Amino acid sequence: MKNYDAIVIGAGHNGLTNAAFLAKAGLDVLVLEKNDYIGGATVSRELHQGWKYSNCSYVCSLFRPEIYQALDLGRHGLEVVPIQGGATFMENGDYYGNYHQPAVRRREIARHSKRDADAAIRFDADLMKWCRLIRGFLLRTPPDPTSFKWRDAMEFASLLKAFYELSESQIYEFIRFFTMSIAEYLQEYFESDVILAHFSGGSIIGTGLGVYSPGTAYVLLHHAMGDVDGNVGSWGFARGGMGSVSKAIASSFKALGGEIRAGAEVKEIKVSGRKATGVILASGEEINAKIIVSNLDAKRTFLNIMNKKDLPAEVVRRAENFKIRGSSGKLNIALDGMPDFTALEKGSPLTLGHMHFSDSLERLERAYDDWKDNKWSQDPYVDLIIPTQFDPTMSPAGKHMMSVFVQYCPYDVEGGWTDQKRNAFGDTVINQIANHSPNFKDLIRHIEVRTPREIEAEVGLTEGNIFQGELTLDQLMFNRPFPGYAQYRGPVKNMYMCSSSTHPGGGVMGAPGANSAREILRDLGKENTTPEDFGDD
Amino acid sequence: MEKHDFNQVLQLSPFHERIDTLGLMKNWTSWNGYQTARIFDTLAAEYFTIRSSCSVMDMTPMEKYRITGPDAVTFLNRLVTRDISKLKPGRVTYVVWCNDDGRVLDDGTIFHLGEDGYRLCSQHHQLDWLMISSLGMDVSIEHETHDIAALSVQGPTAYSVLAAAGFTKLDTLKPFGILNTQLNGFDVMISRTGFTGDLGYEVWVDPRHALDLWDAIFEVKQRGLYDVRPIGLDALEMVRIEAGFIMPGDDFNTAETTIRAGRDRSPFELGLDWVVSFDKPYFTGRRALLKEKTEPIKRRLVKLLVEGNKSPTDSFLYDGKNGQRIGAIKSNVWSPILKSNLTMADIEFIKGELPKEIWAEIYYQKELEWKSTWAKCSVSDLPFWSHPRRSQTPPDQF
Repeated sequence: MKNYDAIVIGAGHNGLTNAAFLAKAGLDVLVLEKNDYIGGATVSRELHQGWKYSNCSYVCSLFRPEIYQALDLGRHGLEVVPIQGGATFMENGDYYGNYHQPAVRRREIARHSKRDADAAIRFDADLMKWCRLIRGFLLRTPPDPTSFKWRDAMEFASLLKAFYELSESQIYEFIRFFTMSIAEYLQEYFESDVILAHFSGGSIIGTGLGVYSPGTAYVLLHHAMGDVDGNVGSWGFARGGMGSVSKAIASSFKALGGEIRAGAEVKEIKVSGRKATGVILASGEEINAKIIVSNLDAKRTFLNIMNKKDLPAEVVRRAENFKIRGSSGKLNIALDGMPDFTALEKGSPLTLGHMHFSDSLERLERAYDDWKDNKWSQDPYVDLIIPTQFDPTMSPAGKHMMSVFVQYCPYDVEGGWTDQKRNAFGDTVINQIANHSPNFKDLIRHIEVRTPREIEAEVGLTEGNIFQGELTLDQLMFNRPFPGYAQYRGPVKNMYMCSSSTHPGGGVMGAPGANSAREILRDLGKENTTPEDFGDD
Repeated sequence: MEKHDFNQVLQLSPFHERIDTLGLMKNWTSWNGYQTARIFDTLAAEYFTIRSSCSVMDMTPMEKYRITGPDAVTFLNRLVTRDISKLKPGRVTYVVWCNDDGRVLDDGTIFHLGEDGYRLCSQHHQLDWLMISSLGMDVSIEHETHDIAALSVQGPTAYSVLAAAGFTKLDTLKPFGILNTQLNGFDVMISRTGFTGDLGYEVWVDPRHALDLWDAIFEVKQRGLYDVRPIGLDALEMVRIEAGFIMPGDDFNTAETTIRAGRDRSPFELGLDWVVSFDKPYFTGRRALLKEKTEPIKRRLVKLLVEGNKSPTDSFLYDGKNGQRIGAIKSNVWSPILKSNLTMADIEFIKGELPKEIWAEIYYQKELEWKSTWAKCSVSDLPFWSHPRRSQTPPDQF
């Protein structure tokens, strides 16, 4: 039976990225995937003939261009097209249009508040300051602040240096930013309800917190720190859906000699003498390797596929307490045509981007209140896109695919989830959209409705948390996933983590996968094949 | 709230109808969201119109705010670094304003409109900052950019043209003075101000009378008296460098938009010591600027003359041929009237002193073949070009 150099568990984008960089260094690498298809939450499936969905993640911005370049993903079929437009529809029939032309966008903000149009300049610049600070650390291993090792000390020094390069007043502001709620943060800039609501959406997506919860300001940063071709804060559509991202990485990995086995669920990581030695599949098959990398979230890794006896009690306890709450749902809809939106003029470019229906902070907070009560939001925050307006590969000509991300939807719904409740959740969302689009319901041909239950069952994300662990300060940087385990090394030798449960966290970034590969190669004394940050001075 | 036409990306000025007809090149750009001509016909002709006859430029897009209320002067005096408490009604003055760290947010002009309060003109959008700065004051701040149409009439014959167009009493109007008058029954405000370093006026009207104003001025040309031509932003860029006027956003990064620490500038670093008054009481940035004043200056934006005729666009500057890098050119022009390369340059000082020698490394191409050369530079303390007619009162009648 063949022995591999490395086995990566889970063919999501981070697992594939990790595997590709290991293969690039000459390792013999096998990726194991429980589903019959690869991609994890970076997946496009045809559930209705002729229509492809981006079943989970649906837009791309955080994916590191350094990884894109290093793995030659363009030649392996990836194209990320910048998103333009977007709108927040208001209850009174008006809207805020997030026009892609700066002059028009400015006039549009001014239509709601002249002052907010000017405040947006200050807001953008301030947010960019924090983005710039944090972007420099995405492709770096978090230093251990308690370690006296030379490398940790140097890395920690560079972290402090970046921090102290901020001016005195910026340091104060930065600390405030990390601990504030998005509502309070935005209210230091804006006055218009709809502008406040529009800009706060990014800070609750995927998060079990409300717009008034401390810590949500950081989540906005997490959604703004990406870029499309240098335009920081911009988002893009992967042509063919988000599955194109994992497909391209897989193709690059295979070209480097890597091997992927789908339909191969790992039951257990074998540990012998405090060393990982291989895996046991659900089928009973055993495969050995020198290195085992888990791309599963921290909870699944340590509580599901490792024997607690092989682990320090500290790790088990930390894993049990790891904050990974499901708060999001998703509807993927096959449409017979392009829906009309009552508020928009025919041909409006706003439908090309993200559309939302929550026009005040209060409505967003009430949506969160429902979640706390173990209910799905009766008036949810949705992030709706129709990429088939320019992507010809995801639906038949003239037909459309709509992706609707929904916040909030609980993992433990009152009385437990049933198929009936799942459909009722879907109806809540459909009705909200139909309130603004009279022909929407008639155009629906097929719907995939996903609550945290389905996301957990199919993708394997614990509780359906899209970030593989909440993005709160206690679970970021050198605390992600747990203090003392932020450098991608597991508690037993030869075992590593590369998932979004590690720094720098969730989103289709690829950075955890690459960072983890760098540490593995370092331990093996191999050449580092992972890219350095492009830099931004 | 009225929704706008998303296909109309740039707004049209009230003068657009005339500009569109005369703008033969259809060479448009955005200035503060307005469709603005860069060049109407040929740049050289437009430049010499400013320096030899009479140019007309639409300056409606310039940001304008009306400041009124009992605390208006207190508010403005706390906002800007200059002491404007002695600014008399009917007078205009140049100002800059800073954030609390003493870094420049923008520059502009304050018009004392008498009973109608003050007008603040700025390069960039300032409403948010003005509102923040007005907390606790009995003052009203109105954005009036779209409510006032304005033409800048500049050049040696500007006075003669405006007089021929029917404006009387201009002969006694001194530089930075304001005249309220009428033309064919509508109100017109004229200030003897401009961005050219030449004789010139800025003419302000209600947008409803914009075309009447334009036609009255251009009718002078039709009568065969004087040449009058519209000019675009490119010609203005040439003369403003000659005249030594700085452009926020081009010559330095404004504080509000600065992301990287240390990329913004203080008034001292822009050579604007003369508009900072520590004699008046508190103003925003005062404490930081007082502290900065006690330390040797680290860098300054200078008016730099570069020898030779090779264009030093974006050139690095050194303290000698192949020496230490000490700065860079921010904006530059080949001056047709001085036959020289004139630039605005950001230069690092050494122990508070200007480097003894300054050299520019210039990359240039002829027929797509690139070469590099060194050019010696010298700092000019005065504007490169300033003509006595700029301030002569009454101006010469042609």
